[in-house]
Amino acid sequence: MTAEPAADRPRPRAGLRFRAVAKGVYAIWYRETRRFVRDRSRWLGLVTQPLLYLMLVGYGISSSMTFRRLPADSSINYVTFMYPGIVGMSVLFTSIFSAVSIIWDREFGFLKEVLVAPLPRWAAAAGKALGIMTIVALQTAVLLAMSPLAHVPLGLWMALKTLGVASLVGFVLGAFGIAVASRMTSFESFQLIMNLVTMPMFFLSGALYPLRGLPPWLNFLAHVDPLTYGVDALRNAIYADNEAARLLVQYPLVFDIGVLAAIAAVFAALAGWLFETQE
Amino acid sequence: MNEPTAAPAPIVVVDTLSKRFGELTAVDGVSFTVAAGEIFGFLGPNGAGKTTTIKILATLLRATSGRATIAGFDVTREPRRVRESIGLVFQDNSLDDRLTAWENLYIHALLYDLPRAAFLARAENLLRLVDLWDRRDAQVRVYSGGMRRRLEIARGLLHRPKVFFLDEPTLGLDPQTRNAVWQHVRALRDANQVTVFMTTHYMDEAENCNRIAIIDRGSIVALGTPEELKRRVGGDVLVVDAADRPALAAAVAARYGVAVQVAGDGVRFEVDHGPSFVPRLTADFPEVILSVAVHRPTLDDVFLKLTGRAIRDQENSPLDAFRGHVRAFRNRRS
Repeated sequence: MTAEPAADRPRPRAGLRFRAVAKGVYAIWYRETRRFVRDRSRWLGLVTQPLLYLMLVGYGISSSMTFRRLPADSSINYVTFMYPGIVGMSVLFTSIFSAVSIIWDREFGFLKEVLVAPLPRWAAAAGKALGIMTIVALQTAVLLAMSPLAHVPLGLWMALKTLGVASLVGFVLGAFGIAVASRMTSFESFQLIMNLVTMPMFFLSGALYPLRGLPPWLNFLAHVDPLTYGVDALRNAIYADNEAARLLVQYPLVFDIGVLAAIAAVFAALAGWLFETQE
Repeated sequence: MNEPTAAPAPIVVVDTLSKRFGELTAVDGVSFTVAAGEIFGFLGPNGAGKTTTIKILATLLRATSGRATIAGFDVTREPRRVRESIGLVFQDNSLDDRLTAWENLYIHALLYDLPRAAFLARAENLLRLVDLWDRRDAQVRVYSGGMRRRLEIARGLLHRPKVFFLDEPTLGLDPQTRNAVWQHVRALRDANQVTVFMTTHYMDEAENCNRIAIIDRGSIVALGTPEELKRRVGGDVLVVDAADRPALAAAVAARYGVAVQVAGDGVRFEVDHGPSFVPRLTADFPEVILSVAVHRPTLDDVFLKLTGRAIRDQENSPLDAFRGHVRAFRNRRS
């Protein structure tokens, strides 16, 4: 061990080196996904929670409700309407939950290992956001397998679009969660985020009801909610081939994605900066 | 301050470093140097400023004033170069307990941009040295407290740091495990030619250091080798107990002309030769003395003499108590 050459120390570097940063991003991505794959309870929750909403809420409401705008013979019922919303909900909960695990990492130590590494901290934030994207994509694939339960026909192109949109939404919400969590130091604040941010985001997003004919204040809040564009983009992707269902969509897919990409850029910059400058 | 003569160039230089948190001055104008290859210890009670100093040196906290360099790099202006040069074992575990030992090391190697071949060779070598090679594919959550600490030490050395910081490396471990951890630290230091900078509030642990800085309330009150420090306490230490300790203290001081302290365990004072002094003492104070204890000076005595308080008198903060619970909880599962 003593005779190893000096080249085995971390390579000296004057400025930022791309490879070192890329390896750091990969390290955090690796950790995030490895933890997820190993955690059986999260897999269980990932399958049962959407199923619960779809069956107990979706089927219950659909038996007593129809959509006024749709042709009477259309195959669209409430469960079909709700399905993209449930995908959006899963993306929301998973990405916020994964992001605020930074608070756990701070309390129980692992964050220090990251903060003292000779690496710009935004690289760690980026790895975390990419890890969340990956987990969200895996989860969405599981949900797509359940789509027949919601009378949504599964197609390859539709599945690919859905996975892409879900990953983008996961990145947006993950970056948002990282930005918030990098300034939070207690478990209590985690509860606060869940109650004050996540639940309203879900309810306002149009996941459970169409955002039409709302009172102005509610309409305003719904359109400030980033998840609104996420759920709309998911509807665009999932209803791709169903003309009747397209009436339930608000904006063209390109518009939704444009809004999401803009929010992603802002949140990513914010998350990187807040994570970089924490003590 | 006592600097070793003809020492190699210092690898850690700290110059009038201070850190204030609002009204509280955690570190108050501390200056010292650490020579390359040395085991240097910070000894002091909880809240003395040990961890704060380490955090500043490790670039996790910004000093309020003063400066510090590690391996020639300024901790404020060149944090990334400093981070490349140091390894750390924190007071609280910083492993990911859902990952295996091997995965924890792998992530560390990625974060420090180690070449893959060097990682593979070195990780095996280090894991064998700390006796964890056979358990490398077990998740860290099934590890005992001692195993975790050994793994953290191995991980901290994976990237060949020049200075290795150990913040209370054996806190919460039983005495046997503490000894084992120390053996590993020394073996690893010899194999890696690394400078060790540690903090502790265990006196016996501080004896492992080449030099010790005794720190109290943010200031260094003494610095030297353990032997030098103990020589500050002349001769032997006598601890005499009586029903009325202050009265006895006054009487002893008047009769022998020695400096006395009333401590938690009795009246303490120093004499040149303790064992032969005891008969005279008991003859001079018949019926008053309940017990007499004689011992060679320890670092405890040094601390008591310099600060007037025993290290163990310090109350744990609520956060320490919480950490203790977390630690106990984690260890219970192993």
